[in-house]
Amino acid sequence: MTIARAGVDAGRMRQLGVVETPLVRLDRISPPGRRIYAKAEWHQPTGSVKDRIAAAMVAAAEADGSLAGPADIVEPSSGNTGIALARIARMLGHRFSVLIPDNVSHERLELLEAFGAAVEFTPGAEGSNGAVRRAELRAAQTGEVMLHQYENAANPGAHEATTGPEIEWQLEELGEGAPSAFVATLGTGGTIMGVGRALRRSFPAIEIVAAEPPAGETISGLRSMADGYIPPVFDPTALDGRVLVRSGPSIAMMRRLVDEEGLFVGPSSGAAVHAAVRRAAALPDGSVVVTLLPDAGWKYLSTGVYSGSVDEAVEAVADSTLW
Amino acid sequence: MSATINLPTILRGHAGGSRTIEVTGSTVGEVFDHVSRDFPKLGEQLSSPDGGLPVFMNVFVDDEDIRYLAGLDTTVDDHTEITILPAVAGG
Repeated sequence: MTIARAGVDAGRMRQLGVVETPLVRLDRISPPGRRIYAKAEWHQPTGSVKDRIAAAMVAAAEADGSLAGPADIVEPSSGNTGIALARIARMLGHRFSVLIPDNVSHERLELLEAFGAAVEFTPGAEGSNGAVRRAELRAAQTGEVMLHQYENAANPGAHEATTGPEIEWQLEELGEGAPSAFVATLGTGGTIMGVGRALRRSFPAIEIVAAEPPAGETISGLRSMADGYIPPVFDPTALDGRVLVRSGPSIAMMRRLVDEEGLFVGPSSGAAVHAAVRRAAALPDGSVVVTLLPDAGWKYLSTGVYSGSVDEAVEAVADSTLW
Repeated sequence: MSATINLPTILRGHAGGSRTIEVTGSTVGEVFDHVSRDFPKLGEQLSSPDGGLPVFMNVFVDDEDIRYLAGLDTTVDDHTEITILPAVAGG
């Protein structure tokens, strides 16, 4: 059973552990005269931004009755959404299965195991696209509840209801005016859609810019372009720009965040900040750019992204699904 | 003008297995026209029936998505890198 619904219950999200995260200023990495602020999403219960959407999707499913009692839930994920859903499912007494590419890091699998998830591997060469297709088939056959982060309106809804408004009051508290741009990485598209909607409502002139992570460079299992996948929650027309950020610059910036800002983040955070710096540098002096750091570095230690030179790290993760 | 096109794995078979190809043209559209002339099978993959970009294909000029620039009219020069990627998800 695949579900798409709109309502978001921020109160229930808080009951399920979602917290307000710090908005930190990147003093050393921001280009001269510009200020980049970043949401530190590793403060969420399982250490990633995905705790927000997992809680929102479960709350919506409770509200419409599909998770009224103990249920079997299945979800495709490259890691963070699966871990976040596994935690909530364990708390609430649901059985949870995740379909996950077989080339993700050991840490993600160990976390899923810790939260009691049943893991079904999908071919790593198909990336997340393959996990989505196979999960849809499985849910259709078994009748398991598939919250479907890629098409569930509660995914962007979670960010429109919580992340976006948090950024607004945090900027105000910091004495900042209207931000010139919001930059975030694309996975499902939920973050940039939801935060973008909230910020554009308050700051109509803001630019919404996506950082495209380099997963496409390593996905070799697609048979043709027609095997591509655009999540239904993602509306490309809602963006003002999209920047490709390759593995090298992502990892290099991830390491700069550790070295210069003291922030131990994962590779997608490096991609987001690389794109934010690029955008900020093109904006007038005094501009404010906001970005979002999806998770910390703990889940990627075994991949080699922190070891050796950047070139060696790029080589080490060439066949991995990082996000 | 001669731009460099970075091809994704799934398209390299249509270009003799090459990871990159050099193609002339002053806009992305012109470059793709010349690709169709030199590599007809590859050219078929680069356009949709309505003449635009295939929905599941993303094209970046110097790492900027051309959908947010001037589309197929985006200009290229001798140092331009055009990167083609299939639409993939994460999460």
